[in-house]
Amino acid sequence: MTTLTAKWRSGLLYAGVIAVVAYCLAPFYWMLVSSLRRTSDIFDTSLFPSVVSFENYRAVFDPAQGFGRALLNSLLVAGVTTVLALLLATFTAYAMARLEFRFKRLILTLIIATSMFPVVSIVVPLLKLFTDIGWINSYQAMIVPSMSFALPLAVWNLTTFFRQMPDELEHAAMVDGCTRGQAFRRVIIPLAAPGIFTTAIITFIAAWNEFLIALSMTNKPGMQTAPVAISKFTGATTYETPFGSQMAAGVLVTVPLVVMVLVFQRRIVAGLTAGAAK
Amino acid sequence: MADTKVPPPATAVRREPAEPADRPRPRRQPRATAGSARMAALLVSPTLLVLTVVVLYPTLMALHESLYGPKGLDPETGFIRATEPFVGLRNYADIFGEAGERFWNAFWNTTFFTVVTVALETLIGVAMALIMHKAFRGRGLVRAGILVPWAVPTAISGLLWRWIFNSDGIANALIGHQVLWTTEGFHAKVAVIVAEVWKTAPFIGLLVLAGLQVIPKEVYEAARMDGAGPPRQFWHITLPLVKPALLVAMLFRCMDALRMFDLPYILVGAQKHSVETLSMLAQNEASNVRFGPASAYSVLLFLYVFLVALAFVRLLGADLIGDVGAGGRRRKGSRIPALRRRSEVTA
Repeated sequence: MTTLTAKWRSGLLYAGVIAVVAYCLAPFYWMLVSSLRRTSDIFDTSLFPSVVSFENYRAVFDPAQGFGRALLNSLLVAGVTTVLALLLATFTAYAMARLEFRFKRLILTLIIATSMFPVVSIVVPLLKLFTDIGWINSYQAMIVPSMSFALPLAVWNLTTFFRQMPDELEHAAMVDGCTRGQAFRRVIIPLAAPGIFTTAIITFIAAWNEFLIALSMTNKPGMQTAPVAISKFTGATTYETPFGSQMAAGVLVTVPLVVMVLVFQRRIVAGLTAGAAK
Repeated sequence: MADTKVPPPATAVRREPAEPADRPRPRRQPRATAGSARMAALLVSPTLLVLTVVVLYPTLMALHESLYGPKGLDPETGFIRATEPFVGLRNYADIFGEAGERFWNAFWNTTFFTVVTVALETLIGVAMALIMHKAFRGRGLVRAGILVPWAVPTAISGLLWRWIFNSDGIANALIGHQVLWTTEGFHAKVAVIVAEVWKTAPFIGLLVLAGLQVIPKEVYEAARMDGAGPPRQFWHITLPLVKPALLVAMLFRCMDALRMFDLPYILVGAQKHSVETLSMLAQNEASNVRFGPASAYSVLLFLYVFLVALAFVRLLGADLIGDVGAGGRRRKGSRIPALRRRSEVTA
């Protein structure tokens, strides 16, 4: 009797697990399947493409779409944003985690508060400013506003990582004659490398996924980032939305992130939940 | 670092009054000296400087800009103005007039989306977390799967759901009749909510799961011995103990939902009455060079976001920064020391 209910319970549990995975993956799977269909059977609703075709992928890289350039733009904007944010955030987070100073709590609260700031509230005034100084359609016009969310995110993640490292590490180094700066450079940074790396991934994904800033600050196709470019893909006629190539491009933009997430899932989960309960 | 040239903010470098060397100091700050304060100022000021330039300065600019009207024909002189006229608070006052209809529509859309999506995400997210917490085999797989929606860029998920909700798409094939999801109407709201919840419920699930994992098993054993069944265990142990993690997750989701832009913009389109949010309204006005009203809307959105965050922190006791400020105000929350220490929030 008890074994039977136990069996039922574990069966129910696995059904639940499958439901959760299906819920998360089904829409993504649909994007993948649709991207592999031919234009003629794009509206099929079969679970597998009747004929696997890379037609849509070829259409994405049609030079007229300028998708390769858009990918490069995305890489550049997200990459530079990540590097700058991490450079500044590493020092700030170290101070937050290790040093005692006045107004620390207030400063950290302010930094975290900016990460909740509505992006549109800075895009509107910056759009006017950048129009006046001729920055529209430039990389810096996308990188500078992106710092507003990338930097607080990085500071916050890194602060947690630094706080999890035992104080004794630096104490030992300082007893051995290092200054605090040397202890930071030679002991903390190498040991915090996994945390810094995780923060870099999370920041990069946030910057890579940014849409509103990139949409507002560019109007030349050559300067658009990948998400903006895909949303503006044009089909053979103006009235026909090229769903097939949009799905293919969506897969191309998402797959690197998904691979990164799968490879580093443990660390990313640790980073994302660092605050909530780690 | 080149940052050393940046003059640190005056308040941060102000030295503490010289302390006698033998005075006992608080436990966690063995070297809270003027030297460490100067170093902290050096390390923190570059970040503060950048945030001042990219956040504070634009906000002040928006406040200033919101007091000016559009260029164009001056009704009094009949000439085209080259500069924007000062209109005082008229951009704000207009909200209560005829032109305010679009603002209030966007305001209610934003509020509706936030309330509904965060409620659904919380329910689905907690359910997901409970399932994942109980499942031992395949947990890695589930965790990887759950990260996929999070990694998909919102803009791409907008396109994906636009395809799913296409008139000949899979959604209509599954429900068996034709709904024109991406046209004006309540169904457009439903489409946006479904897409938003798909992308973000797993995120809440992840945060709640992390909260569940630090609840000591002994608490449940004790409850079981006292005769509490699973429902009572959930209401009286699980829920109160994951509450801090859950509150912070919800606060984040609220802030994010209040500034929703990408998803309705791509899934349904710009200037669609049924899904236009405050962010979309402000961006649309700005791209039409009507910076005055756009700034007023973005200032109002900012205030709205700020008030909601304040309500979360003050009324519900969401604690964002945990123990960072030693000696700061403690959260009332959990009584279990292990949990309290581990639930500092910093994701």
